[in-house]
Amino acid sequence: MAKKISILIVDDEESVRDSLFNWFIEDGYHVECAENAKKALSMLENEGFDIILADIKMPGMDGLEMLRRIKLLKSDSIVIVMTAFATVDTAVQALKDGAFDYVTKPFDPDDLSHLIRNASKQITLSEENENLKQKVVSLENVEDLIGKSGAIKLVLKDIESVAQSNSSVVITGESGTGKELVARAIHSNSPRRYFPLVSVHCGALTESLLESELFGHEKGAFTGAMYNRKGRFEMADNGTIFLDEIATISTKMQIDLLRVLESKKFVRVGGNKEISSDFRVICATNRDLKSMVENGTFREDLYYRLNVVNIYVPPLRERIEDIPLLVEYFIRKYCTSMNRQPVTIDSAALSRLEEFNFPGNVRELENMIERAIVIGNGKKITLKDLPLEKSIISNSVESLDELEKLHILQILNKYSWNISRTAKALKVDRVTLYNKISKYGLKAE
Amino acid sequence: MDPRHITLISFGYFDADFLRNVAEAVKKEFLVNVNVKEGHLDLSEFYDPTRRQYNGVKLVNEVENNYSSDHSKTIGLFNVDLFIPILTYIFGQAFLNGRTGIASSYRLSNERYGIQTDDRLILERLIKEVVHELGHTYGLIHCHIPTCVMRSSTYVEDIDQKGSKLCINCRNEYNRILK
Ligand SMILES: [Zn+2]
Ligand SMILES: [Zn+2]
Repeated sequence: MAKKISILIVDDEESVRDSLFNWFIEDGYHVECAENAKKALSMLENEGFDIILADIKMPGMDGLEMLRRIKLLKSDSIVIVMTAFATVDTAVQALKDGAFDYVTKPFDPDDLSHLIRNASKQITLSEENENLKQKVVSLENVEDLIGKSGAIKLVLKDIESVAQSNSSVVITGESGTGKELVARAIHSNSPRRYFPLVSVHCGALTESLLESELFGHEKGAFTGAMYNRKGRFEMADNGTIFLDEIATISTKMQIDLLRVLESKKFVRVGGNKEISSDFRVICATNRDLKSMVENGTFREDLYYRLNVVNIYVPPLRERIEDIPLLVEYFIRKYCTSMNRQPVTIDSAALSRLEEFNFPGNVRELENMIERAIVIGNGKKITLKDLPLEKSIISNSVESLDELEKLHILQILNKYSWNISRTAKALKVDRVTLYNKISKYGLKAE
Repeated sequence: MDPRHITLISFGYFDADFLRNVAEAVKKEFLVNVNVKEGHLDLSEFYDPTRRQYNGVKLVNEVENNYSSDHSKTIGLFNVDLFIPILTYIFGQAFLNGRTGIASSYRLSNERYGIQTDDRLILERLIKEVVHELGHTYGLIHCHIPTCVMRSSTYVEDIDQKGSKLCINCRNEYNRILK
């Protein structure tokens, strides 16, 4: 971990110092305050600060004079000046004198956090450039991508090699394999990590909703819109946008998307001002985009723009050797989150898991383990805690009735046909359960 | 102070089911007792006519001084537009390592951004806000894991990008604090 970034707040108003102090402390910075320029300068002589946030108008020495002296003391100091509306001219002067940026009071929280992240990014990047000369950075913050198989190692290697660049990435793989985790890992290991990773699940939205979602809209564009709405591309400025289920977007959206990717500029719905945003795009799909291009349902030019790098996430059945590690990891994860003592898994249960073909991939395994911890005895996960015997995930089941029938039967068997316990597990009353049993003609085996 | 108790106090109208859902989610996340109460405050004292918003600093202090106790973490729930002098708006705030926080549903509603109302979404967002502010009262700071509820959200739809739960690191930290 990099060292904590330190911030010095210089303002004569106590409420401003307090609010900013709290804000930055909660954000994990090291923060100190000074009520005037003189005190700030003497603090700076004793201790270095990475970022100095100073009010322009203060009694005694003003912010501009202080800025010049700070720059003499340490020319690469990052000084951000705060100003009231009336003094924007002086803020411009401050920029000429070497201020990093200025903010107008009161700040929009979103702008403030963007500004500080910009400054932090500059600081850590220059530190990292120093470090890079000495060693190769290793991946950090790779949540849930666990395993030692060649297949998962290849994915991690792909993440590592693409993280530092700005290339567009398409992540492919069956559902449940962890495509979103790959996108997060790329973002968390890229220079963009100080800025948001914004996800859009394209498949869940209609075309017109997706348009407002991606591009935002101006207040007044719709009745009742009191505030502007930022679109996902705008939120992802300096960060990464993750477009999940990219294959589902309409041909019109494909054209719009291509335009934004080419120009990095767009207009909010109902607006006329062009907004630019510097984002990196990562997409995911469980479809074969190449064949969609061939049959004309996905634009070829968009395909080539998106698919600069392709990362394939293998299904769980192709990395069986990872199952024990994944199981151990999910047990730890859910026991911690449920505040329980860590449980173990018996070897028969584990080998059955290794034989199972997991149509729902890692997500299915994760759900199974979570469920097993909830229903289990709190010590050991055994076969009966795992829904492997009569899996209802069968391709032959299509109707809801059929699914309900199989599920009820499964739960009845699990509780040895004890009606009260089964009804309780299903969260229905006993009469309902009896009716269902007779409706579907269920019998104990 | 007893960190194993949380009190949610509503100031202003909230649907009873809505509050129950918030309380349940909070209880599930922190695994402690959760109480819901109704508070009565004359909010006009906290109204700033020039900004046409309510002063969040004064409100959090009011809750701290007159509603909080050493037997519980207390969160005041509001449905008015909150600000603090240095920021144009806040969704909520809390005393880090303290016993009090506040959160407002005002800016969490889709309608204000001209999108269709979605009651489930307001509920989800408020739960995340409340869990987040409680996290601060337990001493948790902002987290960089994208799905963690302790990730900082400065824009309403940022809230939708994160989950309502503590990530494994924050969870471990919380368990350590509670011990
Ligand atoms: Zn926070
Ligand atoms: Zn976290």
